[in-house]
Amino acid sequence: MEIPTALLFNAIIAGLLLGGFYAAVSVGISISFGMLDVVNIAHPAFIILGSYIAYIVNSQYGFDPILVAVALSPLFFLLGMALYRVYYLCFEKRGQESLRGLAFFFGILFITEVVLILVFGVDYRTVKSVYAETTLRLGVLDFPLRLVVPFLVSVAMVVGIQLFLTHTFFGRAVLAVAQDQLALRLMGVNPVRIKELAFALSIATAGIAGAFLIVIQPVEPSIGREYIGLVFAVCVLGGMGSIWGTLLAAFVLGLAESFTSTFFGPSWAPAVSFGLLLLTLAFRPSGLFGR
Amino acid sequence: MKIIGAIARMLGVVLLAASGAVLAQQPLKIGFGMSLTGPLAGNGKAALISMQIWAEDVNARGGLLGRKVELIYYDDQTNPATVPGIYTKLLDVDKVDLVVSGYGTNVIAPAMPLMMQRKLVFMSLFGLNVNGKFKYDRYFQIMPAGPDPAVDWTRGFFETAMTLNPKPQTVALVGADAEYPHLALEGARTHVKRLGLKVVYDKTYPPKTVDYSPIVRAIQATNPDLVYLASYPPDSAGMVRAANEVGLKARMFGGGLVGTQFAALKTQLGPLLNGMINYEAYVPEVNSKFPSLDQFLAKYQGRAVKEGVDPLGFYLPPYAYAMMQVLEQAIKATGGLDQAKLADYMHKFEFDTYVGKVRFAKNGEWAIPRMLTVQYHSIRANDLEPWMKPGHVTVLYPNDYKTGSVKAPYHENKK
Repeated sequence: MEIPTALLFNAIIAGLLLGGFYAAVSVGISISFGMLDVVNIAHPAFIILGSYIAYIVNSQYGFDPILVAVALSPLFFLLGMALYRVYYLCFEKRGQESLRGLAFFFGILFITEVVLILVFGVDYRTVKSVYAETTLRLGVLDFPLRLVVPFLVSVAMVVGIQLFLTHTFFGRAVLAVAQDQLALRLMGVNPVRIKELAFALSIATAGIAGAFLIVIQPVEPSIGREYIGLVFAVCVLGGMGSIWGTLLAAFVLGLAESFTSTFFGPSWAPAVSFGLLLLTLAFRPSGLFGR
Repeated sequence: MKIIGAIARMLGVVLLAASGAVLAQQPLKIGFGMSLTGPLAGNGKAALISMQIWAEDVNARGGLLGRKVELIYYDDQTNPATVPGIYTKLLDVDKVDLVVSGYGTNVIAPAMPLMMQRKLVFMSLFGLNVNGKFKYDRYFQIMPAGPDPAVDWTRGFFETAMTLNPKPQTVALVGADAEYPHLALEGARTHVKRLGLKVVYDKTYPPKTVDYSPIVRAIQATNPDLVYLASYPPDSAGMVRAANEVGLKARMFGGGLVGTQFAALKTQLGPLLNGMINYEAYVPEVNSKFPSLDQFLAKYQGRAVKEGVDPLGFYLPPYAYAMMQVLEQAIKATGGLDQAKLADYMHKFEFDTYVGKVRFAKNGEWAIPRMLTVQYHSIRANDLEPWMKPGHVTVLYPNDYKTGSVKAPYHENKK
């Protein structure tokens, strides 16, 4: 089969751009699930919440949705802190985090969804931005800004988180929480406080990813459910708790989806993506960058 | 003994009368599932408002069979898996007197086995060719797709394509992996075969796709004359955006996009819809052909704005009301809820509704198809105003409703 060059390179670009978005929606799960062992199944709900907050500010004041999300990320951080505090007091502290904690996050997912339905209704919402309908063309290559801008901000965010985790005391403490909480306590660090802040960071990334989502496609309150499988797949494929792994896994799944859609038929895309996940886990059970 | 017998008879008569009076006081319950959350919730809520308006209208006139009408409904979450459970509960726990369907093919089909098992009249709302395989004689459908739904549904797109000069040679068929797009694509393939077109692309995609541009590029690589798309609202938006970003070149593009009939997608996509072909149930350009519709819109639009659903109400809402009108007229004419008599009456007689005269074919579909094939044009802004009045839509098919000819190719008419 002869593959036209333009089609091939556009498939690569589309895959990378999509992967950038996948990295943004998954990096929070890599922190909460991969590092903190908190199965935050409600993560997509916070993504959708981020979408709606970007929508409100954008439709009322016309501000850029991604800028809004970055500016309001401290609010999501505080929300994350509060949520972890409740989770810790009600479940983790009592050693009941596994099943009841999961039910708790399921509850948060549905409550968020219902509140959004009650407030905004069920119609699809979208945002206006100066770049949403612009596509840069370099020869035969297309760069839709609707995907390029989220990609750039996402990569910057993921790289920033990685640098933060590896080059600051707090970041190293988060990594240590994932390995040995007792040793961390012996170093005079409160692991609960560290987990609280790290979980808050993961929720802050969800808020920003929500803005990316509503720039890329219209959203409605229940659309978050569609991302539950994806975010955990990226996290597991990349290796639990590895931020670089998350970025690489997101690109792998984005490229797999783009290539399958372009050359074999889009129906196969989920099967190929999850097939890749299974294959990787068969040969490397800890994921691409897992230890 | 005679006195005791007389008293017993009198008591019997009194009890019988009392039970009749109690029945008359009991509401006539009509049950259904409706998509109030999930991808089709916007449409489902709009349909629900129409049905509620109908119930209020009927109750204001004294109810049906002397009983107040009560609608009992549950959210099917746009999830076919919830449907059998919902209808089982409606029939066995809520003891509803009648059932109607929720909105759309995906949630109508799963209810069919239960309806057939219980031998119930099943009036359905915008299901495409659901009865094609079931062949149930008590199934009726309010969407004006026609007696051969899948084929009639796509006829307008292909008949319009054949008016192009020179005639198109190749076609790409694409749609979501869901019940409706599959059925629409099935109908499209029938026309493709009939017209001797060459299929250069025939694929489906997962409805949860995020980026549709690889699909559009793959289609573009086959260089088709026509691109027929059957999609649900999220993917309709995704495909339209991707076609604009990639710069899709085709002589005609569109055909079966669900979602662009509603205000939400009309305003969100705005100028991106220019040049596209799609279907509509009603557009202001043909207002004179829908003499009763304004009466319905006057009731619906104000309420829809308050409840935050489709403020136009051109597509699904009038038909949701009409579905209930059909049921109402059949109940009144037969004087009861006997399912066999209702079905028999609905097969034999014509109904007068807000969407016009409705007569059913043998398979429960509209006897004469009436879905409009249209082309959008001259849309400059992302607001509702262009859609409220004539001037931005050309009706291409059926000929009785035609207001102009198709402008091709698509990529040169995106203004």
